[in-house]
Amino acid sequence: MKPPPFEYVVATSVDHAINLVSQDEDAKFLAGGQSLIPLLSLRFASPTLLVDISRLAELRDVHRAGDVLHIGALTRHSDIHQLPLVKQDAPLLSEAAGWVAHSQVRNRGTFGGAIAHSDSAAEFPAVLLAVGATIVTRSADGERRIPCRDFFGSHFQTALRHGELLTGVELPRHAHFNRWGFSEFARRKGDYAIGGAAVNARVDERGRCTHVRAGLIAAGPGPTSAEGLDEALRDRVVDEAAVSEAVARVEGHLNPESNVHGTREYRRAVVAESLRRALLQAFDLDPAGTDRRTA
Amino acid sequence: MKTRVTVNGEGFERDVEPRMLLSDFLRHELGLTGTNVGCEHGVCGSCTVLLDGEPVRSCTMLAVQSDGRRLTTVEGLACDQKLHGLQEAFTACHGLQCGFCTPGMLMTLLPVYNEARRLSDDEIREVISGNLCRCTGYQQIVEAARQAIDEAADMADSAETEA
Repeated sequence: MKPPPFEYVVATSVDHAINLVSQDEDAKFLAGGQSLIPLLSLRFASPTLLVDISRLAELRDVHRAGDVLHIGALTRHSDIHQLPLVKQDAPLLSEAAGWVAHSQVRNRGTFGGAIAHSDSAAEFPAVLLAVGATIVTRSADGERRIPCRDFFGSHFQTALRHGELLTGVELPRHAHFNRWGFSEFARRKGDYAIGGAAVNARVDERGRCTHVRAGLIAAGPGPTSAEGLDEALRDRVVDEAAVSEAVARVEGHLNPESNVHGTREYRRAVVAESLRRALLQAFDLDPAGTDRRTA
Repeated sequence: MKTRVTVNGEGFERDVEPRMLLSDFLRHELGLTGTNVGCEHGVCGSCTVLLDGEPVRSCTMLAVQSDGRRLTTVEGLACDQKLHGLQEAFTACHGLQCGFCTPGMLMTLLPVYNEARRLSDDEIREVISGNLCRCTGYQQIVEAARQAIDEAADMADSAETEA
């Protein structure tokens, strides 16, 4: 047996889970386990107690609430990829879910787990930054709603405190934007990205960009927003030259880390090219692209 | 911790340590050694089994998490000494050399086979993208999958015509 020994309890409610984890500083929540269990097997993590929240149906809920789409933390990647409601209200998220790992992982991995894990090379944090999502959490102190720009830190760090459970995410529904694009590169599709970008934009009836935001994948020590993008494209009719100019502006801020898959310079180029491709998709400038209009 | 599962239609109950991975549970506790264990951290796909009909990696799941659920392993494929259509196709197309990845490949492809929906080669490659093979170069695996899935689709079509 590779994982170190730990106690294991199946939580019967959110409060039960929070209560158990709060009492033990080395306890952790376990959901789909697609990041945590490999970490146990590699002995990078050795919790004393795992509190299994995966059977809490209340965290599996996906519904519209006014202007937002609420996605429960236990919604699996495969569900996010396939649910008609997500396709309709959050097409960028639905597309990105298809790029998360492989089918075997998508059938177990959970939305909340991937966000709480906060890997800079993961897709969902980038999408949340692009759409301006709000993270909903619960702890013994009550509920917190955290704008995602304040949620993600560097190197797997988040605003979550010990004993605080990510219960769901609220995404603005597509009425707030009408264009999107997604591009990612990995040596084998489904592996952690070498670089990627998720773009969310709005174009008005005169063809002008009124708003654009991008989340970048593997572009720095944590999930990263594309700085300077909105200023570069806002109020313009976006063409290829404008895209290249905007990407050049963003590229200067990128600080990916060298690793076995490439040097900092190479990875910076991959992220910039991914952003360029995602922007071309979003602004209908990709000759081979499919329709990315949502309104 | 008491864990009850149904594997290939048969019920089992074992008392296991929480840290036991599902892959080790299947192999060491139930003696079902058809499920191969490769990387043991969710990369190679060779330990793929079906959990309630869907492919998952048995090395990135605790045995205790499968309590009350239905599992299918490669031992559940052949019936009365007769190979499953997928296994027949892998044999016919030389879809394996050392065979280590084969149980994972078969279990990953099984839901697609059962759906009996025709897939392009690109779609087949996408389905098995989470399974590593170090021998074949994948070409014959794709051919085997294509043959099996097409046969399943043909059977479904003729069943429809007759009905």
